[in-house]
Formats: sequence, C-alpha cells, structure tokens
Amino acid sequence: MSGRNELRVEGRELRIVGFLCNWCSYGGADTAGVGRFTQPTDLRIIRVPCSGRIDPLFITRALVAGADGVLVSGCHPRDCHYAEGNFYARRRLEMLKQFLPVTGIDPQRFEYTWVSASEGARWQEVVTKFTERIHGLGPAPRIQGGSGYDELCLRHIEAGVLQGETCPCNKEKGL
Amino acid sequence: MSMLEELKEQIRTALPDLDMVIAWEQGFDAAHGTPLFIRTEADVDRLMVGPLSVQNPATYLPALVKAKGAGKIGVVAKGCDSRAIVELLQEKLISREQVVIFGFGCNGCVSQALLEGKIEEAGKYSAELTGVETDGRTVKAQVAGETLSFDFNDVTFEKCLTCEYPNTLIADHFVGDKVEVAPGCEKAPSLEEFEKLSQNEKLSFWQEQMRRCVRCYACRNACPMCVCRDHCIATTHDPQWISQENNAQENFMFQMIHTMHLAGRCVECGECERACPVNLPLMLLRRTMGEAVRNVFDYTTGTDPEVVPPLMTFKVEEENINERGW
Repeated sequence: MSGRNELRVEGRELRIVGFLCNWCSYGGADTAGVGRFTQPTDLRIIRVPCSGRIDPLFITRALVAGADGVLVSGCHPRDCHYAEGNFYARRRLEMLKQFLPVTGIDPQRFEYTWVSASEGARWQEVVTKFTERIHGLGPAPRIQGGSGYDELCLRHIEAGVLQGETCPCNKEKGL
Repeated sequence: MSMLEELKEQIRTALPDLDMVIAWEQGFDAAHGTPLFIRTEADVDRLMVGPLSVQNPATYLPALVKAKGAGKIGVVAKGCDSRAIVELLQEKLISREQVVIFGFGCNGCVSQALLEGKIEEAGKYSAELTGVETDGRTVKAQVAGETLSFDFNDVTFEKCLTCEYPNTLIADHFVGDKVEVAPGCEKAPSLEEFEKLSQNEKLSFWQEQMRRCVRCYACRNACPMCVCRDHCIATTHDPQWISQENNAQENFMFQMIHTMHLAGRCVECGECERACPVNLPLMLLRRTMGEAVRNVFDYTTGTDPEVVPPLMTFKVEEENINERGW
C-alpha cells in the first residue's frame, strides 16, 4: 500500500483499528492493495474469521484504551461465508452504535460497513472517508483518572471540607 | 384477610412441595428489608411484603435450580422481579416447572437512601425510624413516635416512577388486587437530564464517576441477568479483558462489559444501582441500552417467555437498521 498520505494532521498519524472479516473485507483490502489504490495508512487491520466473531467489547476496549477510531467491515448481508454471521453482527454492532453516545465516546469514532472481496475501489473509498472523518475529529480524548484517592480526589475532598454544609457532596447523600 | 396474611397462607399451603420460598423480611433496622429464604413453617411468619421489599429474588434462581438435587423453588416476585424471571425463562436458564411464582400488585418501593435523606432534612434522626408504609402516593414514616409524610415520588426509585409492570407478569398464585398501571413519567428524569449534556461533558462526568468505582462487583452480583458468576470475563486472566488496576479507564471498561452483556436482556430492575456502595448512576447506561433495544427491535425485555431475545436471533432484512452506505 502506498505510504503517501495527505491526511496527516500536524504530521502525525492517528490510531485507527480495523476489524475485517477474513473472507470478504480482508480480501477487499487485499484487492485494493493489488490494484495499487492509494489509501491512508492510519488503519491497523485485525483479521477475524467472520464479522460474527467480533464481540462489541473488542471495539469498546479499543476505544477506552485510546484508539482514535474503530472500523468494522464484513461481508455484505446475505453473502456471509458462514451464512449468517454478519446478521448477528449487524444487530450487535447497531446496539453498540446506539449505546456509545451515553458514554461520552463520540459514536462517530466507530463505524461498521460491508465490503466484498472484489470491491477494492469501495474499500479504498471506505477507508479514505473513515480516516478523513477521524482526522476531522482529531485525537480521541484520553480517559484519565486514577484510583479513588489520588491527588486530584484528595484536593476535591479538601475543598469539600472547606465548603462545609454547602458542599454538593452533602446533597449526594440524598441521591 | 389482608394481602400479607393471604400470601402467608398460600406459601404455607405450597411449602411442603418446595425446597424453599424466596421472599423478604425486615432487615436489621426499620429502614431495611432483606431477602428471606423460607424453608420451614416457622419462617413464614417473618415474611414482609411492602415498600422495603427492594431486592430482586430472581437473582438467586439460576444458581439454586442448578444445584444438585434441587427441587422446586418458590419465589415471591414484584412486577420487575417477574420480568427477570421471564427473561431467565426465555434464555432457558431456568425452566418453568422448577419455579413456583407468588405474585402480587406492587405499590412501588422506597429507596432507603432517599428516605433517610428526607428524614434528616426534616430534622429527625434516620436511625430512629421505626416503620415505613406506602399506598403508592404518599409514604408514611414513623420516626421517634411521630409520623412523617412524604410524596412517594420523592423517595422512590426511578424504576418505580417509570414502572409499567407493577403486577407480577406470570404467577402461579396471585394475591390481592392488581395495581393500576400509571407510570409517573415516561422516561427516567435523570437520563433525560443527562442526555442534555455535550459529548465532552458526558465523558468527563463518567471519568469522575468511574474513578470512584471500587470494583467490588456488587452491581454484577446483584444483577439477576449476570449468570456467569465465577466465570465472568471481568475477572479472568486469560483472556484478560481488564487489568486489576483500579482506575477510571479499567472501571469504565468493566461497566461497558456489564452493559454490553445485558444488551437485550436487562430488565431494568435497578439492582446494580441500588447495590452500588458508592452510588454510581449505572442505570443511565442500562436505560440507554434498553431504549436502543426498544427502538430498533420493538421489543421489551422480560415480558413474554415464548419470545427469543433479539440478540439471539436476526432478520435478513432489518426494518430499523440503516444499511450504512458510503
């Protein structure tokens, strides 16, 4: 694949994780490579036997651990190598997609789609558009914060003690 | 005959054929109910059904029916508990022949934490509470010889505010009259408020919340749908999904595991949130997932024992899922 990439933000690549099914999308990516289609290089591909193998927790794990984007791609519905894996995957991935907003993780950072082994050009389009989108969003905010009583927490407690009765933690008792 | 006496009578009659009946009794003080396992006639007298019957007895069922030589298990279930039982039936984790369900119409439960807060607000000591009663509109609390009256909506759980199933859904024995279904509001007020926040505000909210999590797994252990118990992927080392480190990131991941494993299964009984020792608003996550399931699959969990849960099946053409074009 081409190493040239016009999409770099401030000269740095973002971390995009791709889960591709072995039979269609991985083949599609290969076709794109054989066809020498220019593609951005931010995507790190993980090959899985079937999109039905993808536990939505793979995606949340990647996002929580700091991935800037996650792309899932499998066979088109009705074309699954194992007949019905992607039908189950579709339901699971859609649930994740609708759940993400409440977590504060941008749902735009996750996308799922279908690419067949012959669709090299489509793969190029998918990966370019998704990479563009992630670069538009920029690096993902880190989920930080240590265990219960780290320095920041102690400062909060100190501030709360100083506030006395008016401290919101007194209200919290009633929650 | 009062409803409680009628229920006691029915349990007494059924008890000889049952290993035990799971219900509630008065806890260590007047503000707490606690699960009761009725094995003998004498235990029946300790039965308590009312606003403090908060625990979900369905949580015990999967382990009890799997135990060696297990016979029939009786269970007294509120409407929300019965949804958990139905969901367990749907997933074939228990069989209908193994459980005998005692049903009644629930007037709603009282959150012990909120009630204590209100009592303190009224200038009394919550430790002096001697009794709690409710008719679904007001809650009367006896504190140090006085009766304090509170609006039910102020001291109840959110799940009771939005409750659409106050009556036990499937029951072998039903006592008392059915309670009229009248949800106080359609959507949980806390979720409605939370959804108004921006993406970044939500993330920082969760960061602040998750750093408080002590990963005691009380939410998991109280959950009627968390049936993996000792095989939970949150505590396995191979694969190691989350490290033992206690930080916001790992704790958040644990909550996501819990929510994702409850997708299309969670009956929103609120046990996770109630059991949480640090008051994490876990139901925000569960309710969002529940809403997604309702919107996409037009399915409400735990209402029909015959239906296959949505994530265990599929349709070739999904009406409510957009094929994502590029």
